[in-house]
Amino acid sequence: MAVTPLKLVETTKVAEDLNAWPLAVRGLTVSYGQKPAVFSVDASFAPGKMTAIIGPNGAGKSTLLKAALGVVKPLSGHVSVFGQSLDQQRHRVAYVPQRASIDWDFPTRVLDVVLMGLYRELGLLGWVRRAHRDRAMACLTRVGMQDFADRQIGQLSGGQQQRVFLARALAQDADLYLLDEPFAGVDAATELAIIAVLKELRDAGRTIVSVHHDLSTVADYFDRALLLNVRLVAEGPVDTVVTQDLLEQTYGGHLTMARIDPQTVAG
Amino acid sequence: MISLGYNAVLVAVGAGLLGIAAGVTGTFLFLRKRALVGDAIAHATLPGVGLAFLLMVLLGGDGRNLAGLLLGAGFSAAFGLYCVHLISTRTRLAEDTAIGAVLSVFFGFGVLLLTVIQNVPSGRQAGLDGLLLGATAGMLFADALLIAVGGAVALFASLALSRAMVLVAFDEGYARVAGLKVDWVDLATMGLVLLVTVVGLKVVGLILIVALLIIPAVAARFWTDRAGQVAVLAGAIGGASGVIGAIWSATVPDLPTGPIIVLVAFGIFAVSMLLAPRRGVLAAWLRHRQFQRQVHLRQGLLALGSGQPIYEQLTLRLLQRAGLVRADGVATPAGEQAVADAARDEARWALVRREKGLEAVAARAGIDPLDSLLTPDQVADLDRKIANGEVAAP
Repeated sequence: MAVTPLKLVETTKVAEDLNAWPLAVRGLTVSYGQKPAVFSVDASFAPGKMTAIIGPNGAGKSTLLKAALGVVKPLSGHVSVFGQSLDQQRHRVAYVPQRASIDWDFPTRVLDVVLMGLYRELGLLGWVRRAHRDRAMACLTRVGMQDFADRQIGQLSGGQQQRVFLARALAQDADLYLLDEPFAGVDAATELAIIAVLKELRDAGRTIVSVHHDLSTVADYFDRALLLNVRLVAEGPVDTVVTQDLLEQTYGGHLTMARIDPQTVAG
Repeated sequence: MISLGYNAVLVAVGAGLLGIAAGVTGTFLFLRKRALVGDAIAHATLPGVGLAFLLMVLLGGDGRNLAGLLLGAGFSAAFGLYCVHLISTRTRLAEDTAIGAVLSVFFGFGVLLLTVIQNVPSGRQAGLDGLLLGATAGMLFADALLIAVGGAVALFASLALSRAMVLVAFDEGYARVAGLKVDWVDLATMGLVLLVTVVGLKVVGLILIVALLIIPAVAARFWTDRAGQVAVLAGAIGGASGVIGAIWSATVPDLPTGPIIVLVAFGIFAVSMLLAPRRGVLAAWLRHRQFQRQVHLRQGLLALGSGQPIYEQLTLRLLQRAGLVRADGVATPAGEQAVADAARDEARWALVRREKGLEAVAARAGIDPLDSLLTPDQVADLDRKIANGEVAAP
């Protein structure tokens, strides 16, 4: 019997253009031990837009950010920042970590924290000049914290601390801002101040990606949303993605639409 | 001035330099919250000392050569540090557990080696046990030079790396995103601590060196809220402890140098803890008393103003002592005035909390009179708004 030779299928390599995305991850899996926290996520974050990452507790929202930034090491996957590796584009990325991860008794003043944002510019030994201080003060002013520059960081309220962290990110003058739950444990005034600054950045063409917890404000604050529960559920403009159906898929059906109905969360 | 012998001057200079280096380097260990790793490093030097001695005797040299002994100490401390790192990253055991295990096992093995050396003919006069608590009596110029060079290297490297080490200690995740190699920074910190420990063996000994790394930093922390100033101040405290301790032990017969240096450092720490202006225990207590008094007076005045009875005895006592109420609880003329002032201030505060641009003031307790926080113009502006009925006076 004649053996049909195996036919080699012509495979064309689909050269996807990742240059278009400020941040794109492909096949990203992160695991703590044997349990994946994020599994095979493909996501692209649109330029000049504010995107919220939403999902239940333990869905891997923070982990996704941290893996994209190299803070935790992914098990597999590719991360592209403005089409290149993070190392090549690091100077264009600013990160606002979760407030909970900080020791607030650390001996540092508010202005010193903002000056940390200039680390890439100052390097190890660079002298902090008047111009650097002025820039740091300008960033504090943008978040309404200019009067607190000399305070030790622990003397601030939670909301004020978060604003200082935002000011530090602003000092970097980055093109891509990644925020990990910026509204966790902050007062309403701070929430509004932060969102105003973020919208300013967005309007100036910067890209914002933020882990977000509050479904009632997603539509007001963000342009796009990424629904995550270990796996990617959906990504797109908020009005098409934040729907009863998709949220139930993300949160496991325990969610009633009431939680995001604007009428029930008035005020 | 007390005239010191040649040896005493040598020891004082060596101890001073060691103190400066240990204070500055130790600050970064303290800020990174890894003080105990310093203890593990110190105890892990002992087997290296013993092995280096045996090796040098075996090769026909002088087993007491300090440079050789310290080299051995450095290698075994580095190995101990590696073990701590391995246990805490590769297993589920916490770092403090790893430190405890490594510290005691290395130290035990080191003591065993010293016992063996005691029974070797050439080992009798080795005096290796002097490295446990420091032995400065026979310090040579070469020894002091070794300490000076090692200390200077540790000092300048610490200062050069300080920005990176502070950033990593304050916010590791952010430091990583900023492109800092966190593991390398940590390794450098530990390497410098190791260097200070090894050169400090001769002066304060391996059991007490951790005190000289940590005490100056925590003492300095009481005086300032800035990391850079903590480091500089810790260097000064460490250096002063070294010099004072060395001179003290040289002028009084039979006082051991190392322990005295540590006790001097502790003395500075105790004074700092009690007397430092903002973070000190005494200042905190006085501030608390002052605030409590203010709160009681204000509450009492507001209660008087609205005709409510005052139940709290302390409030009544304070009001009486200030001459604001009589013994029967009725306001004096001065008290009437104070009641009116308190009511007006309360109304101003209520407005400040809603006013834009005054957040920094509004964040304060709301107990101190606003005249002391705002300019007369601002206060007049508030009063005008109150008069216009923008806020109801209570």
